[in-house]
Amino acid sequence: MTTTSNDDYYIPEPSRWPLIGAATVFTLLFGVVLWLNSWVAGPWIMLAGAASLAFLFKGWFGDVIKENLSGSYNGQVDSSFRQGMFWFITSEVFFFLTFFGCLYYLRNITLPYLGGEGYLATSNILWEGWTYTWPPLQLPDATNYVEAKEAMGPGGIPLWNTIILLSSGGTLTWAHWALKKDDNKQLVLGLATTILLGVIFFILQAVEYGHAYAEMDLTLESGIYGSTFYLLTGFHGFHVTVGAIMLMVILGRAMKNHFSSHNHFAFEAVAWYWHFVDVVWIGLYILVYWL
Amino acid sequence: MSTEAIHADHDHHHAPSGIGRWLFSTNHKDIGTMYLIFSLVMLFLGGASAMMLRAELFTPGLQILDPDTYNNLLTNHALIMVFGVVMPAAAGMANWMIPMMIGAPDMALPRLNNLSFWILPFAAIMLIISMIAPYFPGGGTPINTGWTLYPPLSVQVGMGMDFAIFTVHLLGISSILAAINIITTIVNMRAPGMTYFKLPLFVWSWLLTALLLIMIMPVLAGGVTMLLFDRHFGTAFFDAAGGGDPVLFQHLFWFFGHPEVYVLLLPSIGILGMVVPTFSRKPLFAYKPLVYSMMMLTALGMVVWAHHQYTVGMSEAVTTYFMIGTILISIPVGYMLFSFIFTMWRGAMTFETPMLFAVAIVLMFSFAGVTGVMLAVVPADLQYHDTYFVVAHFHYALIPGSLFGIYAGVFYWLPKWTGHMYNETHGKIFFWWTTISFNLTFFVQHFSGLAGMPRRIVDYSPIFAEFNMISSIGAFSFGASHLLFLYIIIKTVKGGEKASDKPWEGAQVGTPGLEWTLPSPPPFHSFTTPPAIK
Repeated sequence: MTTTSNDDYYIPEPSRWPLIGAATVFTLLFGVVLWLNSWVAGPWIMLAGAASLAFLFKGWFGDVIKENLSGSYNGQVDSSFRQGMFWFITSEVFFFLTFFGCLYYLRNITLPYLGGEGYLATSNILWEGWTYTWPPLQLPDATNYVEAKEAMGPGGIPLWNTIILLSSGGTLTWAHWALKKDDNKQLVLGLATTILLGVIFFILQAVEYGHAYAEMDLTLESGIYGSTFYLLTGFHGFHVTVGAIMLMVILGRAMKNHFSSHNHFAFEAVAWYWHFVDVVWIGLYILVYWL
Repeated sequence: MSTEAIHADHDHHHAPSGIGRWLFSTNHKDIGTMYLIFSLVMLFLGGASAMMLRAELFTPGLQILDPDTYNNLLTNHALIMVFGVVMPAAAGMANWMIPMMIGAPDMALPRLNNLSFWILPFAAIMLIISMIAPYFPGGGTPINTGWTLYPPLSVQVGMGMDFAIFTVHLLGISSILAAINIITTIVNMRAPGMTYFKLPLFVWSWLLTALLLIMIMPVLAGGVTMLLFDRHFGTAFFDAAGGGDPVLFQHLFWFFGHPEVYVLLLPSIGILGMVVPTFSRKPLFAYKPLVYSMMMLTALGMVVWAHHQYTVGMSEAVTTYFMIGTILISIPVGYMLFSFIFTMWRGAMTFETPMLFAVAIVLMFSFAGVTGVMLAVVPADLQYHDTYFVVAHFHYALIPGSLFGIYAGVFYWLPKWTGHMYNETHGKIFFWWTTISFNLTFFVQHFSGLAGMPRRIVDYSPIFAEFNMISSIGAFSFGASHLLFLYIIIKTVKGGEKASDKPWEGAQVGTPGLEWTLPSPPPFHSFTTPPAIK
């Protein structure tokens, strides 16, 4: 993308961020364990870790942005970044495939077996009379669980969210198109619209969760349906949040005129991430809400 | 490893001084060195836990460990050896060698590289906390699940498990970031003319290993995250009463766990691909097909995981599929071993320490392959499952298959890394000492396993007493041999005969990599401009 010569290799100066990063992640996770086990210090250590994480991202990415603006990077560094981001998203794909795979396994193997299918016919031994339908609102044994009253349908908020998230993919492409034409005004407008749609998605998702908890008794504790529902939508929501924060950073940088039609790796990386989150949602909408 | 004199022309190439050189490093060699030192420290920690286990098993009955502590140590022995020793050692060698082999100045993403490393010591601290937390008030039961962390037991144990879960997360982050970096380096940083089929075999082996890591580490992370949810947020993923399934965790774990075996094995195969041609003074036999067979191994390795779960009640169709898939793996593995044997065939062979290890690997890893095929067969496995036969099988696979490969690599590249030759006599003594005591430890376990001695158990029937005593004696000897290893390394780092740029009579032939075009030890930044490839 850039025109800088590839004849010389570029190696960054020694940096304190990796060490701070490792200590930060450790602190954060250490705090989470203490919090989960009801230690008073837990939330405070978690908070310290989270604050340190924010400081880390600002500092580390700040350094990278400075180096980029000072023109230290050549084409080879640019492709390293691109390939690195590609493989990072690949690992994220496998992370989500895990959860979709679990959903498939539970729906097609575990639950039919519990309902008496297969040569083992488990339910005849353990839970006589329990039959399998998806979603399994009635559980084989609800002693430790609170059964949900109804399942989440595909209409209403989920449908609106699908439309919103797909549109945000469109507005992001609009911003990209503007960037390629060096039209900074439309770039900022496109990015701002995308962020706005992302935030609306987030709010609607929160409303939906509130509704599920308050009125449908659909919680993390309503057995396997609630578990998979919140696992999949929750991790997706987390990724939307991260993506929206990254878009906000990109918007700030766009307003400072950091990008040009031939040097905008950061924009593209975030755009890939956002489109990835989009695609995951389509899978979610079909497999979790609809089918 | 002072290199200022060689590259004083450019201040960028000075090695920074003081502790900051290591803490804030962006240099692939320094980070590689830190990986290797970390791995060596963990080797002694994991080894010490193995020594305690073998001391307990020296005679029947309970002597020094209570059952929970035994299981806790067993879990930690496995986690430390897999994640703390073999993977970091292989990653350290990748860091040191890949940029030099392909003519790159450094890894593609040097800061990310340092992050991958520095997560490891913190993960090790968290692992140690997970081991000792249960002995504090409110800590609950120790982690008595073994490294597989199967529910429902892992849902019930104390807070040590939460630390173990996050240790796995930390290790996963570290491995994924390292894998991203290694693939990007290999794809993007090759010097012009270094085409894929000129890559040294070690580089190929790491390209495939890194691909595997990117595909499997997220799955393990997902699985243990669900475990965490089951433990603390009332979800029902692994509880059949709520519609979940404990076997689901086993699938997730082994979807990671089986390819993980190849993550541990492939870098060693890569090292063999360097060592065997050098000491046979012949190019690698059938280099391209060997690469293809590694690809086949990678692909097949992803789809055979459930052979670890034959006894959990999967349908006959499923177990049959996994049996056939697993047996198919012997094709690429057999191909690799034959390639190495044919490389040796009619070569002008000499037996320096790396070559001794290489020959031992071909022999002993084949043995693990044979017991592996036995275990792959469903009706036979129902008999062997969860006995010491399995323990013997995977120790034959992992100690020769990965640890000895790493030793071969260490002795092969020590002259390049340090600029000094190691003492050949000491190296040979170390080889014979480890190899004999390793076999003494684990060979007898085949018999006790076939006779029905269950694995992962603190006490056993007196009929297995002799086998276990032999095994323990071998294990103590195996452990002690590593003091010599440590001594050889320290002595070589400190001094010794000066190594030439191309040690071993310059016998690196075939596709040896560009590291031999550099001085020993190499300058702080290996290549500042792309080297020319002939």
